[in-house]
Amino acid sequence: MQRNRLSEGGRIDRSRPLKFTFNGRPYEGFAGDTLASALLANDVRVVGRSFKYHRPRGIVAAGVEEPNALVQLGEGGFEEANARATQIELYDGLDADSVNCWPSPDLDFGAIVGRFSRLLPAGFYYKTFMWPPKLWMTYEHFIRRAAGLGKAPKAPDADAYDKRWAHCDVLVAGGGPAGLSAALAAGRAGARVILADEQAELGGALLNGHEEIDDRPGLDWVADTLDELRAMPEVRLLPRGTVASYYDHNFLAVYERLTDHLGPQADAGPGNPRGRLWKVRAKQVVLATGAHERPLVFADNDRPGIMLAGAVCAYLNRYGARPGQAGVVFTNNDSAYRTALDMAAAGIAVPAIVDLRPDPGGDAVQEVRERGIEILANHAVVSVAGAKGLRGIEVAPIDPSGKGLAGDPRRIACDHLAVSGGWNPAVHLFSQSRGKLDFDTDLNCFVPGQSFQAECSAGACNGTFGLAGCLAEGHAAGVSAAEATGLTGKPGKAASAADRPEGSIRHMPTVPGKHPVGRGKAKHFVDVQNDVTAADIALAVREGYRSVEHAKRYTTLGMGPDQGKIGGMTGFAALADSLGATMPEVGTTTFRPPYTPVPFGAIAGRDVGALADPARTTPMHGWHVSAGAVFDSAGQWLLPDHYPREGEDRRVAVRRECLAVRGGVGIRDGSTLGKIDIQGPDAVRMLDWVYTNAWGSLGVGRCRYGVMLGEDGMVMDDGVTARLGEDHYLMHTTTGNAAGAFWWMEEWLQNEWLDYKVWLTSVTEKWAVVNIAGPRARDLLAELTRDIDLSNDAFPHMSVRSGRVAEIPARVFRVSFTGELSYEINVAAGFGLALWNAVMLAGQRFGITPFGTEAVHVLRAEKGYLAAGQEIDGTVTPLDLGLDWAISKKKADFLGKRSLTRSAMVREDRKQLVGLLTKEPGIVLPEGAQIVGELRAAPPIPTIGHVTSSYYSPILGRSIALALVEGGRARIGETVSLPLRDRTVEAELTKPLFYDPEGERLHA
Amino acid sequence: MLLIECPFCGPRAEVEFRCSGEGHIARPETPENISDEAWADYVYMRTNPKGLHFERWMHQHGCRRWFCVARDTVTHKIRAIYKLGEAKPALDEPKTEGEGA
Ligand SMILES: [Zn+2]
Repeated sequence: MQRNRLSEGGRIDRSRPLKFTFNGRPYEGFAGDTLASALLANDVRVVGRSFKYHRPRGIVAAGVEEPNALVQLGEGGFEEANARATQIELYDGLDADSVNCWPSPDLDFGAIVGRFSRLLPAGFYYKTFMWPPKLWMTYEHFIRRAAGLGKAPKAPDADAYDKRWAHCDVLVAGGGPAGLSAALAAGRAGARVILADEQAELGGALLNGHEEIDDRPGLDWVADTLDELRAMPEVRLLPRGTVASYYDHNFLAVYERLTDHLGPQADAGPGNPRGRLWKVRAKQVVLATGAHERPLVFADNDRPGIMLAGAVCAYLNRYGARPGQAGVVFTNNDSAYRTALDMAAAGIAVPAIVDLRPDPGGDAVQEVRERGIEILANHAVVSVAGAKGLRGIEVAPIDPSGKGLAGDPRRIACDHLAVSGGWNPAVHLFSQSRGKLDFDTDLNCFVPGQSFQAECSAGACNGTFGLAGCLAEGHAAGVSAAEATGLTGKPGKAASAADRPEGSIRHMPTVPGKHPVGRGKAKHFVDVQNDVTAADIALAVREGYRSVEHAKRYTTLGMGPDQGKIGGMTGFAALADSLGATMPEVGTTTFRPPYTPVPFGAIAGRDVGALADPARTTPMHGWHVSAGAVFDSAGQWLLPDHYPREGEDRRVAVRRECLAVRGGVGIRDGSTLGKIDIQGPDAVRMLDWVYTNAWGSLGVGRCRYGVMLGEDGMVMDDGVTARLGEDHYLMHTTTGNAAGAFWWMEEWLQNEWLDYKVWLTSVTEKWAVVNIAGPRARDLLAELTRDIDLSNDAFPHMSVRSGRVAEIPARVFRVSFTGELSYEINVAAGFGLALWNAVMLAGQRFGITPFGTEAVHVLRAEKGYLAAGQEIDGTVTPLDLGLDWAISKKKADFLGKRSLTRSAMVREDRKQLVGLLTKEPGIVLPEGAQIVGELRAAPPIPTIGHVTSSYYSPILGRSIALALVEGGRARIGETVSLPLRDRTVEAELTKPLFYDPEGERLHA
Repeated sequence: MLLIECPFCGPRAEVEFRCSGEGHIARPETPENISDEAWADYVYMRTNPKGLHFERWMHQHGCRRWFCVARDTVTHKIRAIYKLGEAKPALDEPKTEGEGA
């Protein structure tokens, strides 16, 4: 039974009942309900427990600003934390639980905290951190468990999300009377308009009342306006679309909820996305985001049953749900008088309106008087009874100073209290756009001031609260936005509404009570979501916090899911009061995007799973997969790490692969190596700049190793460049640096060497590369080619030849990263697999063995060859790496040259590349291990270097390592120590070259 | 996200571009003749102003060409866009608004 459901009225469909569960209990609501309105209709008064003190809390608001009714929704892949019950559209089978109610909302262990609330003053986090660390471990466990807001879902999100770009002339944020007027005017003028509103139904505050527009029901005007907008081909309406963020250059993000109102979807996934993130670039923006009502700060103003007056109207008029049977209104302004009239009309007993003002007197006040409702002017609510649901209040007259009471309290029985402290324009998006806020002392709120982007605010978010003003401002904003984009269509006339004079507002940061704030048992909450009281703010001020940003962080004011939508301004007012400052002096904290939480899934969109970072594979990838390769990634590339045979682990497989290359012939997929085609008469000039050595002397058909430096003298990349023709070179970069090296050269060519005739083309993926290496490599290649003379004299190490290999046109480079006789056969990518298969077939009689990147690393480390990301880590110069031989002494200049002679670069104690042989040959050092010279008994022990590469060398039958060690070259022969987690290892510093020091195998 | 008018392609979203740091930094003509300090100033030191900043951008996911941008680092307002090799435009320093955060 829905005890608090009105028998008629509202925008719910009583013919469509929906079943739902809240905290394990079954209830029924209607289509058109929110979870909050359905709970209210079912007389569920406690919907959660507060963050710090675990006080029972009820529904306060009807919209986005709700601080208490946060629920954990759904389960498994559909679980969601901290959903606001006021924004959850009810669907059949909805299952929600209060957050922060451990172990249950009625019997709450955390309420014990309330009795020890002295332990949780302002800044309790910081103060707790100062307790002895040992105790902190104990308290943290307790506080974390008791003070959490929601639980992070454990299962992966079952839903998919879309992202979409959109461009428009005018984006209108908010679909209330101002927003609709703006969209209509701009649309009529011919503008491409996007109108987004967070609600399912457009109309904004008109949905919550019964205002008239153009002398007929306001909602009829809304319906006609929507019809007209829908008929415009260039207008897009986005209901359930929250304008979440306002970024630079009029770029805004709108999160549109597509299926939340239907509940978890059986076919959830890319075909049925849950939400869509719109990335909108708007020429003009009209902000019509409305206003949020302020609460009043009085004794125990957080009890269930105490609600915002505007929310009470929304529940009565829109949802046909009443908060109770007897309600009092407590206000400092005229707007809540409408609430009293609505309450009376819904059959609620209204024993009194309590008004802080001595002389209330607007239009609505007059209507209330005529209705015969008692108005207690110059009165305050001084206490409330009913911790789990309001039972009554005490009211008392205020003395002339406004600081104390002028008479004895009088008790009024009621089960709810509608409160209004005035309205705060929702300036969030305006503020995100960098706009400056001005303080309006008459309205007692911040309003938009100077703009920084192409936007304007209209209606309640601009401090214009009356309907007539909203319609006029919205229309004018639509007209001027269209005009600003150069559109000249006729916008039509603004809609009109009756102008209703309102009385002024009486601002009181805290309402006077029986005891001063901070004395007595009552708490005066400024921010109910974060359990921040006026006393906390006063304490923060006493402890020296003066800046609003500091006070916020110290007290946690305005943090958490609602980001201070209710509590922020109330807290700033309390801060101003404690400081004896004005509101403009105190200011506000920064409004940051998003306005309301946007799911991470929506930000990720479809870029999840395999699409999070696309994998690049070579033309031979399928072969590697069928050969059972274990893959490793280099940037986005997937490459075989090793090819285990039956029963082999990685160590055994790598050992076998290494020995096959050293003893026979191995085959490797070298396609991922970066390849940059360089052509033009100034190619040599450019190479002379970007590499440390000289390139003029390189003959056609020859290759040379190059080292590329940044202007800081640090090695960026290294690789072999071949001269293919007179003005034609092919540069090889390391796999991971291909894009970086290309960028670097382009940057210089475009910015500095504008007259150079040289063109760069990235051809990495155009060529497939089959590398054969080992003493039998020449014999194998001879089986596959007839038109290339493979003799050592005709085709020496570091040269390139063109011809046919396995009948495929190929470039063959005789270069080596293993120290063995080695050919890299390049063919057009489409021939890669054919070539690989042909080489495998021909190689059978040589025992050809595929080898992966790990074997390559072992083999190159045996030779002391460098690896990007290991030895080349951005902090080493070519001198550090012992590459003096690769630095031209003749060239006047090259990039980074001058840095090599800076005093810091020529210091003897720079880290230099050395080899490292452990005293115990079986120990393989961990890469990154720190090296110490002198082992001391206790720290600090200065380190002199670190291990950059470390492997077990099968051919040497022992471990080898490369390391960067301070002044390392002069220390060769010395013994150093490496303190590891479980033991200390001794090792000898050696030259960084362990195998075939004369290079005979290369040149064989 | 900024909207940047590539001089070659037209207005495009910032995600298509990469900022390439401060512009109008001349490489010393004869590095071997200058002090360590002067060279380090060229390599490492940048003005990092609050306000008007002359910088280079590259249209990475478009024409892949570099160009110059005069941008206000406080408001992100783009004051001028011009091609490489063109002179620094004469622009007023923006008024300081005392804006923080
Ligand atoms: Zn471009």
